[in-house]
Amino acid sequence: MSSEKAKRTLTVTACEALAAGVYSLTLQYREGEAPKEVRPGQFVGVYSKDSARILPRPISICGWDQKKRELRLVFRVVGQGTEEFSKCQLGESLDVLGILGNGYDLAALSGRKVLLLGGGIGAPPLLELARQIHAENEKAGSGSITAVLGYRTDDLFLEKEFASYGDVVITTDDGTAGFHGNVVGAVRDKSIEADVICACGPMPMLRGVRALALERDIPCYLSLEERMACGVGACLGCVTKTAQVDGHSHVKNARICTEGPVFEAREVLI
Amino acid sequence: MESKKKTDMSVAIAGVTFRNPVMTASGTFGSGMEYADFVDLNRLGAVVTKGVSNVPWEGNPTPRVTEVPGGMLNAIGLQNPGVDVFIERDLRFLEQFSTKVIVNVCGHTVEEYLDVVERLADEKRVDMLEINVSCPNVKQGAIAFGTRADALFDITQKVKKAARQPIIMKLTPNVTSIAEMAKAAEAGGADAISLINTITGMKIDVEKQKFVLANKTGGMSGPAIHPIAVRMVYEAYHAVKIPIIGMGGISSWQDAAELMLAGATAVAVGAMNFHDPYLTEKVADGLEDYASRHGLDSISQLTGAVQ
Repeated sequence: MSSEKAKRTLTVTACEALAAGVYSLTLQYREGEAPKEVRPGQFVGVYSKDSARILPRPISICGWDQKKRELRLVFRVVGQGTEEFSKCQLGESLDVLGILGNGYDLAALSGRKVLLLGGGIGAPPLLELARQIHAENEKAGSGSITAVLGYRTDDLFLEKEFASYGDVVITTDDGTAGFHGNVVGAVRDKSIEADVICACGPMPMLRGVRALALERDIPCYLSLEERMACGVGACLGCVTKTAQVDGHSHVKNARICTEGPVFEAREVLI
Repeated sequence: MESKKKTDMSVAIAGVTFRNPVMTASGTFGSGMEYADFVDLNRLGAVVTKGVSNVPWEGNPTPRVTEVPGGMLNAIGLQNPGVDVFIERDLRFLEQFSTKVIVNVCGHTVEEYLDVVERLADEKRVDMLEINVSCPNVKQGAIAFGTRADALFDITQKVKKAARQPIIMKLTPNVTSIAEMAKAAEAGGADAISLINTITGMKIDVEKQKFVLANKTGGMSGPAIHPIAVRMVYEAYHAVKIPIIGMGGISSWQDAAELMLAGATAVAVGAMNFHDPYLTEKVADGLEDYASRHGLDSISQLTGAVQ
């Protein structure tokens, strides 16, 4: 668990549109305030400047540059909060709660044949994961990455960046680019092999990925999403059903913000 | 040079002395563990824990939370590990702090409340009990005891008889007359009352034409409900003699001072911990500075000062 949770004021160093309604926001920590470690799959809570919007918006980390103290967030505009973030100006400040959640376990992924499955706005956290696995693989001289990225249309984003770290397969719901269908359909159709799967995306997709992993009997890590309030494990708002009794409440409801957002597919009943 | 007066920040409720009047509202702060990364728990008057039941409670299906203008709705449904784990883990954790501990107790039936109260009787770390008869998100029990004066009187009397620690009855604002409920709690033997719990609300997603919360309704908290809390604390203060812990949308020391001026002896910070995890300490600091500026000998002088 991260012991570096803090609410900090960060400065916007870049903000650009990547696709319709999808934005990339780069935020810099002040000197001396940057977290010492950011694991792929972790997230932050971003605060609105409007005091009527009290809750931090959980947004996954798409990139982390330790040297520049820069956090990159790629998000889709889904409401007034994210709309506000999409209009950020360079030099503007944003309050951020972080670093939150467990993140992926790199040790279980590096040196192996990893299949990354990203559905829509689920792709961004997998980019930082790809970067870190790739760096480990380079050192070890083994391992590979294949990313299957699903989009609604040919209005793609981040796909070129994934290509720096491995093979990329594109799928679209409407068939305007790449494979016509969803990511799980593409994996089956193209018989893409893997030792381990990491996935993030909408719930129906994650259910399909879970079924695929169980069928192939390979490890699979799912990054889950849920409406959150505190983001730090206090309110118990963002739970997921689990197969075993959870460590916190001793029922079968684990906190996505704290025990997650990354869970082994067999641990969760989604 | 003008020297500020040093105000005695401590407050007393039912023989328990709190370092300062700033507490945490049940359900927004766990047992303090999650917020110990942000605040020094020893700087708080008390940690008021998340509701504890006799056995583990699963809570409601998700979505359990959603934002509304100036606040949020929640329908957690009191998910908790039950009193055994609570004693072994949460109370042991709290032993390292000198902050007072108030345990929030929940149940479906009188017997379930009494079960928890009895199992906490010998726990030295528990300074007071807050009896949750006001959670709007549990179908059976909880709020049913808090919306009828005779039922509230009855459960208060039974809990008081069984409890070793002083008891606080936590009242719901979802009633016609808060004064009547406050009187019922007092008549039943409550040592103090706390108010307000959340106000029942509802949110519908107009595009999906579905309820946002799986539970359909949820309890509203946050700054938007603060004026309602001030009014209700004021009404309760003028109805009973027992001390009041005031809560409802505190987002600043000014809000805390306002509740005290309306009649609260102590205050609790709730949903806005989610907005600012450092808020409890800031409220404590702000109140101290305010009291000093106003030349108060004791922070208690604020209680009910505006008539």
